[in-house]
Amino acid sequence: MIELLAPALLAGLAVALVAGPMGAFVVWRRMAFFGDTLAHGALLGAALALALDVNLYLAVVVICLAIAAALVGLQQQRQIAGDTLLGIVAHTTLALGVIALSLQKTVQVDLMAYLFGDLLAVNWRDVAALWGGAAVILALLAWQWRALLSITVNEELARVEGIAVTRTRMLLMLLLALLIAGAIRTVGVLLITSLLVIPAAGARRLSRTPEQMALIASAIGLLAVNLGLTLSWYADTPVGPSIVVAAAALFVATLLRSPRS
Amino acid sequence: MTAPLVTVEEVALSLGGHPVLEDVSLTLEPGRITTLIGPNGAGKSTLARLILGLMQPDRGRIRRRTGLRVGYMPQRLSVDESLPLTVDRFLWLGAPGRTRTRREALARTGVAHLRQRPVRQLSGGELQRVLLARALLRQPDLLVLDEPAQGVDVAGQDALYGLLNEVRDQRGCGILLISHDLHLVMARTDQVVCLHHHVCCSGTPEAVSRDPSYQRLFGLPGPATNLAVYTHDHDHDHGLSGGVSGDVSSDVSSDGHGDHEHHHHGDHHD
Repeated sequence: MIELLAPALLAGLAVALVAGPMGAFVVWRRMAFFGDTLAHGALLGAALALALDVNLYLAVVVICLAIAAALVGLQQQRQIAGDTLLGIVAHTTLALGVIALSLQKTVQVDLMAYLFGDLLAVNWRDVAALWGGAAVILALLAWQWRALLSITVNEELARVEGIAVTRTRMLLMLLLALLIAGAIRTVGVLLITSLLVIPAAGARRLSRTPEQMALIASAIGLLAVNLGLTLSWYADTPVGPSIVVAAAALFVATLLRSPRS
Repeated sequence: MTAPLVTVEEVALSLGGHPVLEDVSLTLEPGRITTLIGPNGAGKSTLARLILGLMQPDRGRIRRRTGLRVGYMPQRLSVDESLPLTVDRFLWLGAPGRTRTRREALARTGVAHLRQRPVRQLSGGELQRVLLARALLRQPDLLVLDEPAQGVDVAGQDALYGLLNEVRDQRGCGILLISHDLHLVMARTDQVVCLHHHVCCSGTPEAVSRDPSYQRLFGLPGPATNLAVYTHDHDHDHGLSGGVSGDVSSDVSSDGHGDHEHHHHGDHHD
């Protein structure tokens, strides 16, 4: 059992570990829908990677960044509200991605694997890539933690205190794009937002400082991956959704605790 | 004479087609407290934002001394419910360093007991003192405070201005205050700039309070008005954390304008 599950488990753990602190930022900055939109766009990236025969992760990162840039540009106008805009972009890119994948003549594409992930199909090379990516993201987060947190608490104060606000915001976008690229093969584009948001939301009630919240979110995510895989193994349920359900169950468990402020 | 910290030269700015600032010039010097007064909507905060570099003027220029360290105390600050943040971590964001320096900064503004408290649970007055502690932690050359008297009673305000004077004397930094509260501010200030889209008048508090354009702007009916510039009394003791013996508010008389509310006595934040 362990030889079969080891790559899946390690891949899931890499994603969950990074999704802790990244999810905390998504929650603090109210970017859940934004992250979701990028994730939907990732499908388009996957389609392009197949069509142009380029690296999947690279294509997804590039497409996510392009969508992020387009959204930031579109948000300058005021006539369409931010969430409406995200809804338009998310579902348009998702539709385009599905169409583009269906047009692939050479390979049979498993659409479900991209949408809901296929953790059991990852190989050791994927595991290595995921842990490499995780190390890069965590290192960047640690290095820029004060700047990232400063612009989250108060952008003006951060700017006056000499933090490069625009550059820091772009870094956050890049990190989110990297994470989504890592997620596409593991939990899938439709479920990555839940792995970002649910552990962080669960961690909120258990923490007093931002750092605690990021760490506890990671812990909840890691636990959810273990529980989800176990559930999937014994009950023969799809892996990605099982992990999300496990995370949700852990979140509900945190509700039983009285909140700390 | 040391170089000025900030020089504002003939600055103009329009927002949404409306001119907010026209031909504004002023100089901020080290070791000097400058107070920007004016009615609501006069462009005080906008001018402060220009000085802080948060906005750019349409015309004119703003020169900052190279390597200028700025401490900024915004009017308010709201932390999202989803973000758990203690006062200590909040201060760390402004100036990472030893816990001891953060403890000292809080003690200085009279709120040492709040260090482990969540920022969201602070009262208005407490938050202001925490914000001031963060600004001071940065060892600023220039301290900018937007409406520091807001949400603080008269005794607390007096202590606040006392502290600002102390900081100015110790560090030799320049201080820019924004206020629409006239009396207390005036006596503790070296230079007053009266702003209403343009600089109406500026100078020492005494000179400004006698200026006809100042009196017009604040609706005072002529020079006969009993406008007392608040002078500091030393017959009472006070601390930033509240509690005053001796009547402070009786020194402040504000006749002739009904929009001025008298502040409550005593500190209700503790």
